[in-house]
Amino acid sequence: MSLNNYLYLSALLFTIGAVGVVVRRNAIVVFMCVELMLNAANLSLVTFSRINGTLDGQVIAFFTMVVAACEVVVGLAIIVTIYRSRRSASIDDASLLKR
Amino acid sequence: MPELLTIQTPETVLFWFLAPLAVLAAIGMLLVKKAVHSALLLAWVMITLAILYIAEGALFLGIVQVVVYTGAVMMLFLFILMLVGVDSSDSLTETITGLRPIAITAAVGFGGLMVSLLGRATLGRDPLGLEIANASGNVQGLAELLFSKYVWPFEVVSALLITAALGAMVLAHHQRTIARPTQREQAIKRFRTGSLSGAAGLPGPGVFARHNAVDVPALLPDGTPAPSSISATLKARGDVIDSAQFQLDNVDTTIVEEK
Repeated sequence: MSLNNYLYLSALLFTIGAVGVVVRRNAIVVFMCVELMLNAANLSLVTFSRINGTLDGQVIAFFTMVVAACEVVVGLAIIVTIYRSRRSASIDDASLLKR
Repeated sequence: MPELLTIQTPETVLFWFLAPLAVLAAIGMLLVKKAVHSALLLAWVMITLAILYIAEGALFLGIVQVVVYTGAVMMLFLFILMLVGVDSSDSLTETITGLRPIAITAAVGFGGLMVSLLGRATLGRDPLGLEIANASGNVQGLAELLFSKYVWPFEVVSALLITAALGAMVLAHHQRTIARPTQREQAIKRFRTGSLSGAAGLPGPGVFARHNAVDVPALLPDGTPAPSSISATLKARGDVIDSAQFQLDNVDTTIVEEK
């Protein structure tokens, strides 16, 4: 097995996450798919760190995790705020700018 | 001369065991209807990734993945799901016509592009592996980098975390626009609006002397069950017992002598 397999897995998970962001309508599920994409990127960073023989990739993956945590906190707060005013967590309902 | 990387058989077996499971769970995440099931499948994907990190020599990241992602982040997701309504299942119907075929076509194209790109790319040398970088321990090696080369990004990221926490507090804060009604005002409102029958409060559940659990509707004087005596949540779940079975005619009232 070559290390490329990890990169293939990462690309697959990233693609699945991207499809989820486009296809699903529940804002929370969309957010979870974004998390899946971030995780996939982390896997490739860890693999690149192993290919290069340095720990830099792992440090960057660590930073990605922190940024993902921030993103989740703010994103979920936004979802709760939208839910409060619209009683719905569907991304189709937040279309005030369209009208 | 650094030693070249050789991947041991156990890691190969682990990869081919976990990778299909992770991909299946990720695909399942898109297909299941309930958001809670999606969250559980995502937690599973994250755990498999954590195991793969540890197999790849990123011990610290593997543990952090379990603690931060499957612990904190997924807990937050489930918490918000409970807040928004756990039965908020997605309608899987398309709202934009043709979105799904286009999305899947684009995904297959993107995935194929990535895979073929990775298949053709060559590094020009063999992968090195982390044996030398991890020689004095993975955590020690990461700490050395984090507090020397990456100390400035580390500080910036901490500022980002604090800003995010403050932002979440500001967003989640709910300012009352009208004063909270007092009990006196509520009582007056009950009598002024609506019928007088509801003024004294809703009837309590239970057929007294026979069955007083909260899932049994109270019986009205004419013998019909009172739907307003049951919590709406129980009604939505369908966990309501028919109170007719506790009516006097239906219940066996023969007295059994106890010895």
